[in-house]
Amino acid sequence: MYNLTIAELVRGLQSKAFSSVELTQHFLDRIAALNPDYNAVITVTADQALKAAIAADKRLAAGGAPALCGVPILHKDIFCTKGVRTSCGSKMLDNFIPPYNATVVENFEQAGAVVLGKTNMDEFAMGSSNETSFYGPVKNPWSTDCVPGGSSGGSAAAVAARLAPAATATDTGGSIRQPAALCGITGLKPTYGRVSRWGMIAFASSLDQAGPMARTAEDCALLLSCMASLDDKDSTSIDHKIDDYSASLNNSIKGLKIGVPSEYFSEGLDKGTEQAVRQALSDLEAQGAELVDISLPNSGLSVPAYYVIAPAEASANLSRFDGVKYGYRCEDPKDLQDLYSRTRAEGFGEEVQRRILIGTYCLSAGYYQAYYGKAQQVRQLIRQDFTQAFEQVDVILGPTCPSPAFKFGSKGDDPVAMYLEDIYTIATNLAGLPGMSVPCGMVDNKPVGLQIIGNYFDEALMLNVAHQYQQVTHWHNLAPEGIA
Amino acid sequence: MQSISGWDTVIGLEVHVQLATKTKIFSGASTAFGAEPNTQACAIDLAMPGTLPVLNKQAVHYAVMFGLAVDAEIGKESAFERKNYFYPDLPKGYQTTQLEKPIVGRGNVEIQLADGSTKNIRIHHAHLEEDAGKSLHEGDFRSGTSGIDLNRAGTPLIEIVSEPDMTSAEEAVAFAKKLHSIVTSIGICDGEMSQGSMRFDVNISVKPSGSDKLGTRTETKNLNSFKFMEECIAQEVDRQIDLLEDGGSITQETRLYNGETKTARSMRSKEEANDYRYFPCPDLLPVVVTDETIETLRRNLPELPDARQARFVKQYGLSDYDADILGSDAGMSVYFETATEKSGNAKLTANWTMGELAARLNSEAIRIANSPVSAEQLGGLIARIADNSISGKMAKEVFEGIWAGEGSADEIIEARGLKQVSDSGALEQMVADVLAANQAMVDDYINTDQAKRKKKLGGFMGQIMKASKGQANPQQVNQILAKKLNELL
Repeated sequence: MYNLTIAELVRGLQSKAFSSVELTQHFLDRIAALNPDYNAVITVTADQALKAAIAADKRLAAGGAPALCGVPILHKDIFCTKGVRTSCGSKMLDNFIPPYNATVVENFEQAGAVVLGKTNMDEFAMGSSNETSFYGPVKNPWSTDCVPGGSSGGSAAAVAARLAPAATATDTGGSIRQPAALCGITGLKPTYGRVSRWGMIAFASSLDQAGPMARTAEDCALLLSCMASLDDKDSTSIDHKIDDYSASLNNSIKGLKIGVPSEYFSEGLDKGTEQAVRQALSDLEAQGAELVDISLPNSGLSVPAYYVIAPAEASANLSRFDGVKYGYRCEDPKDLQDLYSRTRAEGFGEEVQRRILIGTYCLSAGYYQAYYGKAQQVRQLIRQDFTQAFEQVDVILGPTCPSPAFKFGSKGDDPVAMYLEDIYTIATNLAGLPGMSVPCGMVDNKPVGLQIIGNYFDEALMLNVAHQYQQVTHWHNLAPEGIA
Repeated sequence: MQSISGWDTVIGLEVHVQLATKTKIFSGASTAFGAEPNTQACAIDLAMPGTLPVLNKQAVHYAVMFGLAVDAEIGKESAFERKNYFYPDLPKGYQTTQLEKPIVGRGNVEIQLADGSTKNIRIHHAHLEEDAGKSLHEGDFRSGTSGIDLNRAGTPLIEIVSEPDMTSAEEAVAFAKKLHSIVTSIGICDGEMSQGSMRFDVNISVKPSGSDKLGTRTETKNLNSFKFMEECIAQEVDRQIDLLEDGGSITQETRLYNGETKTARSMRSKEEANDYRYFPCPDLLPVVVTDETIETLRRNLPELPDARQARFVKQYGLSDYDADILGSDAGMSVYFETATEKSGNAKLTANWTMGELAARLNSEAIRIANSPVSAEQLGGLIARIADNSISGKMAKEVFEGIWAGEGSADEIIEARGLKQVSDSGALEQMVADVLAANQAMVDDYINTDQAKRKKKLGGFMGQIMKASKGQANPQQVNQILAKKLNELL
């Protein structure tokens, strides 16, 4: 059962080939048996899941249930779940139980999906290797001495290891696409404003966006249909028509113009990765798509601009964790200053503290214009690059990340090397554009991701391209050794 | 410029006005004052992780109304920033406020001074922001700890920033009172100073008379009464002049004034000031106010105090002084007009509203809106004074009765038998009886020099009022008495 896609599970549930309770128990058993190897799931909500499954079976029996009714999923532990610990991968929130659901969580609950538990992640979504989690690193199911990517490494590894057919994730600079690439699954970061941020713990508010992770584009289409919503609780949620993502999957891509940015195939890109991505481009060309060489001249500025804007916003977003209201509080503070400094020094990990300090510095009097002001200008330039590119092409394709999964600790003492992991993904966050990653090959028995970048609200077209690609390739069907 | 022994004073005000919205600026929690601590703070106010702000449109409208009331430019696209600092009563660790693009731009407020002159005070801008919570230092807390009450956190504020156009405590207080009058008149603030609905930060500096160069200023924060503001300015101006005259210099600092002890102290110097690291709030979109909205709000803007004062003079024949007092206070003016409608006598109603009623409300610290004597009841009482049914002295007794909840003026007059005797036949008889019974007094009156006779009338009046149990109409008695005594001369 664990090898079925969501589309197949939906058919099985609707046709009563199996019940949601059977399916849920099956995945709970898999988590119990296999999760210790990967550390992908940090909270298992078995009792609630089985209760939800019973309710889902009733809805299925009554007929007319929504597509995802009875389908088990996992939520990244960045989404607030009412009554269930939501840690954001941090000691700071190890004891935090929200009294409300994130809108994403609520949408899945309304649809009757069954939540198996919460997935591990880099602390406050700050990381590209899942090594910054308070709950320990997640191991890549393809090679357990390698990282799964981050920050949604738990969600990606769980889907790759078939601990759940799908998981929710978030992407601020590549946190859906990079782990999806490194774990050989399909992940989509929608247009900024497509999915509500209510109840999603903020890292960098102008960049954060939630999206689905699954094994296929077809499954991502089903999941995105459930996640996308206009939400009056999120002022940055955008009132734009929600497409029927599944309906256009089988459209022909003949004549589709695919932009290939030269900047994404330059120095720093691993040779094997480049070969896999170029092969994917040829495969799409063979399906009738047209490749167009394009340039995104300001790409090189995206990492530095991002590492000003994201930490600046984070430095304010994380100020609320002060030991006063909820979450971690240091023992016996001797005064207010001591309460603040020890709570935050003890409650936050090293990477989170580093980014708070960078952000605080960038916003300081005398430095604001040189850093934050400049970064906002760069952001405009990057947006313009894409706007111009999309005048010529329908989608932009390239590698998701420079190389396949790397070994634990190999970039641990060099934050800049780690930050370069997101060199191809960050620009879309700065521009607010949608991006996705699709498995497109293997290098040294480790998966490689193909990135598809779309124009604003062109998720349906991206999913169409990905689905068509997956009709003629098998990479998304591969499973790590010992899994399938 | 007004000078104190060779020095000019320069004053600018920053005024925090709590907007009278039902819910908070970024959440649906109630803004009502006085609830149990932390019962009116929702997940957003508590800055729970993942929560997001949604702007209260009513707060935006109120801010625009203020802008229209002071003839200011309205920011058609304003924006929110985050002002970062750590404090336990600031749940997010930043205040959401406006810096670069405030909703209200430059405007003007005219103030009236005691000598009858007027002066224009320029408004630099006014911006929308959220209030903080409160730290509670007194209460049942473990030693060395304080409590935090977040009920106030997220209450909408406009901060009004003036130009440094005031040169004395009198002008500053007149400006503060005028703002109070404006915001209560247009209904965007309840004006309850004691509950912190309006709070004043006063920037003060002095410079040698006539000098163009501004002196170093201090800022005294969070004054919540006009009296404290006046005291604090006088004290701070003296302190600065004394320091400078002794060859010292002023430290740029933030100060606190304690109205109870009448003392001020330094809170922090410029060096200790926070770097607030303002940056645009990514959770909120720019606030767009359309021309249509502005015009609708302009059309429906309630009467402003200046217009109301002018109308009171014209419509009711009030003196400028009475019109100023009644017209500047939103609650009082509504009360006055309602009572006048019932009484039919504006002048008498004005006197009673500003006199007996205001004094009594003041002494018991009751808002006029909650007056135990309703405007209709006071109007009913004044109608009985105006038609001579009761004397002024009786009216005070009736007023007490209404205050105590005994009913309307007519009910109390009836129940207590307070009807004034104005029947001239009865009064003539009463006077005649008193004169007959007091022959010695009459002789004394006749034998007194004409110039001093008037003083003797009081004795007869006392006797007559006593005989009538206070119910004789005193004006009529006076006339009858004078006539009868003259006949005896």
